[in-house]
Parts: sequence; C-alpha cells; structure tokens
Amino acid sequence: MYQTDMYEGLLAETVTMTGANGDTINAYLARPLGKGPFPTMVLAHHMPGWDEWYREITYKFAHHGYITISPNLYFRSGHGTPEDVAAKVRADGGIPDDQAVGDLAGGMKYVRELPYSNGKVGVFGTCSGGRHSYLAACRAPGFDAIVDCWGGRVVMAPDQLNANFPVSPLDYTKDLPCPILGIFGNDDANPTPDQVNQHEAELKKHGKTYEFHRYDGAGHGFFYYHASAYRQAQAVDGWQKTWAFLEKYLA
Amino acid sequence: MCTMITEKVKVDGSAKGTHGWFNVAQANVSYDHPFNAPFEHALNIDFVNESQGLGARVAVELSEQAARELVKTILAVLEQAEREKVL
Repeated sequence: MYQTDMYEGLLAETVTMTGANGDTINAYLARPLGKGPFPTMVLAHHMPGWDEWYREITYKFAHHGYITISPNLYFRSGHGTPEDVAAKVRADGGIPDDQAVGDLAGGMKYVRELPYSNGKVGVFGTCSGGRHSYLAACRAPGFDAIVDCWGGRVVMAPDQLNANFPVSPLDYTKDLPCPILGIFGNDDANPTPDQVNQHEAELKKHGKTYEFHRYDGAGHGFFYYHASAYRQAQAVDGWQKTWAFLEKYLA
Repeated sequence: MCTMITEKVKVDGSAKGTHGWFNVAQANVSYDHPFNAPFEHALNIDFVNESQGLGARVAVELSEQAARELVKTILAVLEQAEREKVL
C-alpha cells in the first residue's frame, strides 16, 4: 500500500507493437518507473473505441504497479477522433474476433518481454473488450488472469454467429487456462443476468477458478464516470475487487 | 460493439458537420451503444462521406421512441408533399 514518503513515478506513451497477422499497430503503454520486476496487463478497449477513458485506466493500472498496454484494436479502421473511428467500426458490425485475439496476444508478448516484467500477464476489458478479453484468454496461450467487466455476447445464439464471430465465446470455456474475475450489473441488457448465470454455469462445469460479482442498481458500463451509467459505490467496489484479484494472481 | 445491429444505406444530400457542409453519401443506422445519449443502447444514425475522411460525419443518437416518432414524421411529411403534388 502506498505510503506518503514513497517515491512514485510512471511513464506513459504511444508505442507500436506487432498485432494479428504480423501487422504493426499502435498502442498506449504505461509503466511504473523503477527496476521492477512488475506484473503486466493488456487492456482490451470497449466499443466506444480507444478513447480517453482507456488511456486513463492505462495510467491507473500503472499507478497500481502494472506495466500496462492498451492496443488500438481499431487501428485498421483508419484514424480520426476515437468516436469517429469507433462509429465506422460500429457501422461495419465490429472487428473480427481473430483479429482482436491476435492483437491482444501481441500485447501480451510485448509486455512479457520487457526487461522489468515479472513474466505474469493479465487481460482486462469492458463491454466488447470484456468479450475480447475472454476470447483472448481462452485462445491465446499465456495469460495468467482475466478480468471481464460486463462483456456482452459471451453467450451467443447461433443466429448471431457470422464470419467475424464464428464461435460463441462460451464454447471456448473448456480452454480457459487461468482464473477469471467477472464484474456485472444486474440491470444490464447485454449481458443479461441470465447470460451471466449461463457463463458461470459453464465455468463451474469445467472446474475453472472464477469469481463473479453482480451489482444491484447498476447496468452496463457502471465504471464510466463520464457517462450516465456511472454508479459510484458499485464502481469503487468493483475496482477494489479488481486490484485484489490481480494482486493474488499476478504479483 | 455489443449488439452488432447495424445497416448501411446509400443516400444523397448534404449534412453540416464541424467543418461545414459536405455531401452525404451514406447513412449508417445502428441500435447499439451511443457515445453521448444517456441510454445503454440507442438508435444511432451517422450521416457520412468516407471519401472525405472519418470526420465527415453527422451523428444523432435517439431513444427508441424518438426514433419511431421520427420515422413516422418523415413519412407524414413526404405523404403531405405527395398530396400537394410537390413531389
């Protein structure tokens, strides 16, 4: 825990990294200053894009002692304001799952190989990023922990599958190699409480280590202080659960 | 993207964005997370012209009820224009 006579410092900057298919994409990297070794995190940004909130939580994770990279998962859709880029991705029906998994796996490789890394890598995401985090944890070997915040469409009906989303993430549950923390709002329409229950049942069926927290009075995106969805007490508790979980599995 | 419910339609007209008027080539309609409207999901319409860059975009984010009212109103106006033989 931080004491007021401790030295603190962090570095944050845009970097380039190798993503899916060997493509070069950009990413935001923040890390604590010092020799380390530090645990590391990969952040999967949400549907509204690689936006200010994600850059802020990249600092936030670094402030809590994690070397953290947030790949720009929409890099291939062009450049502009985060909203304009995300609007294009929304109109295109999202990005392919394989591409998101490849980019997050590239982020994992990047932070794990840094000389001040402790070799442990977690993945965190909200909204579509929660879903992408789950896919990456199941499909890209090497993650040591995952935090899925209200990832929608982890449970998918057959008629929702297409070339971009060929497999329901739930079907990869048997391959999940690491503990998972799930944070959900009971007023969320996507995922619904019933879908969260289905997800939990699948984890239980396969003997996975999981910790699910469901919050009353909260819907989708309740950590987002800049949006009407924000729920202060639930968000504070959710962050505390996140730090405790990551310390347990990555420190 | 959380719902992935989206459609595109070619349109012809103009829209006024942050840099003034531009020719609108397409409308992207989705029912998904808005960027600003205080709803979990909204009926979003982006009037765009991608040939002019991603910033050539005029966005509206409407509640479901507002979107349905807008559709009815547009149709009512077009029907009146037909009745008055200005179409």
